[in-house]
Amino acid sequence: MSELSVKHLLGIKYLNEADIQLIFETADQFKEVINRSIKKVPSLRDITIANIFFENSTRTKLSFELAEKRLSADVINFSAAQSSVKKGETLIDTVNNILSMKVDMVVMRHPNPGAGIFLSKHVKASIVNAGDGAHEHPTQALLDSYSIREKLGDVTGKKVVIVGDILHSRVALSNIFALKLQGATVKVCGPKTLLPKHVESLGVKVETDLRKALNWCDVANMLRIQNERLDISYFPTTREYTQQFGVNKKLLDSLDKEIVIMHPGPINRGVEITSDVADSKQSIILNQVENGVAIRMAVLYLLASKIK
Amino acid sequence: MGQRVLLSEKEINIILHRLACQLLENHLDFKDTVLIGIQPRGSFVANRLTQILKEEYGVNHIHTGFLDITFYRDDFRRGDKVLEANKTDIDFLVEDKKVVLIDDVLYTGRSIRAALTAIQSFGRPKEIELLTLIDRRFSRHLPIQPNYRGRQVDAINDEKVKVLWKENEGKDVVYLVKG
Repeated sequence: MSELSVKHLLGIKYLNEADIQLIFETADQFKEVINRSIKKVPSLRDITIANIFFENSTRTKLSFELAEKRLSADVINFSAAQSSVKKGETLIDTVNNILSMKVDMVVMRHPNPGAGIFLSKHVKASIVNAGDGAHEHPTQALLDSYSIREKLGDVTGKKVVIVGDILHSRVALSNIFALKLQGATVKVCGPKTLLPKHVESLGVKVETDLRKALNWCDVANMLRIQNERLDISYFPTTREYTQQFGVNKKLLDSLDKEIVIMHPGPINRGVEITSDVADSKQSIILNQVENGVAIRMAVLYLLASKIK
Repeated sequence: MGQRVLLSEKEINIILHRLACQLLENHLDFKDTVLIGIQPRGSFVANRLTQILKEEYGVNHIHTGFLDITFYRDDFRRGDKVLEANKTDIDFLVEDKKVVLIDDVLYTGRSIRAALTAIQSFGRPKEIELLTLIDRRFSRHLPIQPNYRGRQVDAINDEKVKVLWKENEGKDVVYLVKG
């Protein structure tokens, strides 16, 4: 067992547990590499990767680009905002045009769920999903689990609560798949309007009382309220959301035990978590960002090795 | 598939002692010298040599590290199997140091080529030497020769040299495996 069972990384749903372990073990080695004074290895020097972003992103785009450059791949970047997409070009045409320039892998973020899956069926390149609408964001879930493994030694048997807008969150869905696959127990917590109907069918429990959820868990993954996706009012005011579902230092200190705080970023300081929580020693938010590069290097390396 | 013993435990032990002495002769107190075992199999040789130098020749301060060359290899995507990475463990800088690269078998020389590139990530060594337990003659793809060699072996291409270690496989022995 030393290769992935998939040719594309479209979602955690398509991975098995051995895939996740292989990605983590490979990421361990890349983490050592990116902490050297010379952070680059020549593995992907004959691979060209296109980063195609139809939606805004800072962290994910930078993280992928850095991972690609540290593997010595050639990188081209494409943002929909400054492109012919605005002139009416279809997704397949856009990507096929890019692939004619001899590109081997495509990292894509797209506002429509399933865009990566659709593309993987129509073009000849290895596709990495960097977020497709409210569907999946597999590398985020991998780096989240990897960060839990690094902090607590293992993911199996850990109790994780995901707090916030579960309904619109691709991070939540990918995290649920990844955590369940590794044998963690998962709860989701948020306003009822932001919890999907039948979310229990994914094997998670629902908790609407934040204090109870925090007292139960080992790790709390705090999601951002995605104002850009909220087409109607899901809660009365941001202030009320913060009062019920925001974590502050007082709440954190009043818990029975010391829990780990995570956040996929970008943080809305003072909304889902306060600054003193985000910057506290219980928070591993910046470790997540560092691990993101190692995880993405591992994913790209393992997928590239399947390109013949 | 037959195999014959190339080196017994006793012979391996004698050879390791000779190699340790040759290293001592050139590096004396190992003040500016570091030993780097190439992962995975070169680490066993490096550990044995370090142990002999410490316990039998009283050299107490030897820097020994382990270098993984997976990400520097030139056969990525060219073979059938995915290259699996090992741990790199070098907790010192090689800047201005004399580096001795250590591996079990020198065959095509491609691993050593990769190691020469990989070691640059840890600084600019003053010089680099190569020590191998087994040197397979007439099989090099690159102009690379060892400075210290345990035993030179003539083996044809479909033969394999297998080095086993007590700490990993339960016994010290070198086999020549046919076919």
